[in-house]
Amino acid sequence: MNPPRHSSPGAASLISVGLLVAVLLAVPSVASSYQTILLSYGLIMAIAALALNLLLGYTGLLSFGHSAYFGAAAYAVALTVKYLRVSAMEAFLAGGLVAGGVIAALFGFVCVRYTRIFFSILTLALSQVLYSLALKFFWVTGGTDGIRVPTPSLLGGVIRVPEDKVVFLAHDYYYYVLIVFLLCAGLVWLIVHSPFGKSLQAIRDNEVRAEFVGIRVRRHRWIAFVISGMLTGVAGALWAPLNGLATPDVLYWPFSGELVFMTVLGGFHSFAGPIVGAVAFNYLKTYAVGRTEYWQLLLGVVLVVLVLVMPDGIVGTAARLARGLRRAG
Amino acid sequence: MPLLAAEGLEKHFGDTRAVDGVDLAIDEKRLVSLVGSNGAGKTTLVNLITGLVRPDGGRIFFQGRDVTALPVYERIRSGIARSFQIVNLFDGLTGLDNVRLAVFSREGKIGHAASLAEGDPEARAEALEVLGEFGLGDKWDVKAGGLAQGERKLLDVAVAYALRPKLILLDEPTSGVGTREKSSIMDRIESVVRSHGLSAVIVEHDMDVVFRYSDRIVMMHEGRVLAEGPPNQIIRDERVAAILGRR
Repeated sequence: MNPPRHSSPGAASLISVGLLVAVLLAVPSVASSYQTILLSYGLIMAIAALALNLLLGYTGLLSFGHSAYFGAAAYAVALTVKYLRVSAMEAFLAGGLVAGGVIAALFGFVCVRYTRIFFSILTLALSQVLYSLALKFFWVTGGTDGIRVPTPSLLGGVIRVPEDKVVFLAHDYYYYVLIVFLLCAGLVWLIVHSPFGKSLQAIRDNEVRAEFVGIRVRRHRWIAFVISGMLTGVAGALWAPLNGLATPDVLYWPFSGELVFMTVLGGFHSFAGPIVGAVAFNYLKTYAVGRTEYWQLLLGVVLVVLVLVMPDGIVGTAARLARGLRRAG
Repeated sequence: MPLLAAEGLEKHFGDTRAVDGVDLAIDEKRLVSLVGSNGAGKTTLVNLITGLVRPDGGRIFFQGRDVTALPVYERIRSGIARSFQIVNLFDGLTGLDNVRLAVFSREGKIGHAASLAEGDPEARAEALEVLGEFGLGDKWDVKAGGLAQGERKLLDVAVAYALRPKLILLDEPTSGVGTREKSSIMDRIESVVRSHGLSAVIVEHDMDVVFRYSDRIVMMHEGRVLAEGPPNQIIRDERVAAILGRR
């Protein structure tokens, strides 16, 4: 095979992305407000899952503590409103980015010294420190009641808080979330295809060799950890106004487990896997909760089947089937 | 001044003195073979020089600079590279990306997160050129995990060479491959080392390979340097013959 002259995303990939964006843009016009808001939740979780996958899929580090960055950002938004009386979404995003980044920088400093189970347990343990603080300092955090987050103004006040909150969330806020999602997805795509992204994949594949290629393994892991925390913070900041309340639930470890679930469901070996997994999980959980009180059992069964039958997740399995069909054809 | 000088190097694992007071000098543009029976301390010596393990005693100088306490990445920057006894590659990445990482590292681009790796034509061209030098030009898009053993061995060396070192240490570059392939691999390595004026230290068990390609041979035994010299001198050394069982 000839050496590559220039490698760039294929035309088919660009057309697929274009079509997907067109469909996402059309959603508020064709779907109900409920469905659109549900999709907003899915896109927000997709940002967090993409961020998690920067560590899991690309660096080989399984974090069970991403609730910390998501929750810290949600509380940063809530506290900004409570104490600074600020309700601009851009301020929320900045607060979420900084909160996620600062917490990730501190936690990452400790965690990246370890790998495998030790890394996972440390991330989980540290995230639960934040959860405990959120519960104990109830006069600041509102304890289990949480803190209310009002509907924000968008684009520096150009789009003001409307009378009909549902219409706002299903239209203006949806597009806002969509744009931030596309920016975050583009940023992650750029990172994983950059020399730095390649170095993360090298560390994932072979830490010792990576060191002998001149990669500063621990530093690169830490930078990936911080970027991951910042992006998860962005997701947390977008989630808080949509949910209307910042509660300790999003700091609790089962929420970290849900983010891992989403990533595995979509497939952590592919770039699109976490996006598909987050949206699919969001629908799955919403409908499971609405239909049966045993929804956790249902999700557990899905997870078991997933691991046994579809270890590559939805995207990986779809790609494998497509390859098989092409060969058969 | 030798390119590399080790003085009184020591490494103990419990009661085992894996490297026991080794003095070693490697001159520029020389291909030196490190030989000895299993457990003689060859790989440990390579690990000490490259920084994989820290010595319990002694000093290592590279181009006159004391590198004993330097971390691995700084030794790489100063011009020391290595390959491994058990092939050590990024199996999930293509041959091109394996080599390209070394190019990015050498050029200080490895931390660049805001530029696409594919958007760096010079790095790609250089990586392809390196692959070509090692006869892997047509395997650029094959993942390292999918290459044959001999190809993996060569890619391992190619990744080290792409760092453009002054000294390259190759730990058993022909282990696990057939006799005919050994010559092919060593011919490639010798060609690259000599044409680019590198120094190479090769740990090797196959004495035919050692005597055919080396400028100098260092014989280790029980953690010490037993004998060293050019091949025609080493081949007549009684102590070497006794250990290697050849004459």
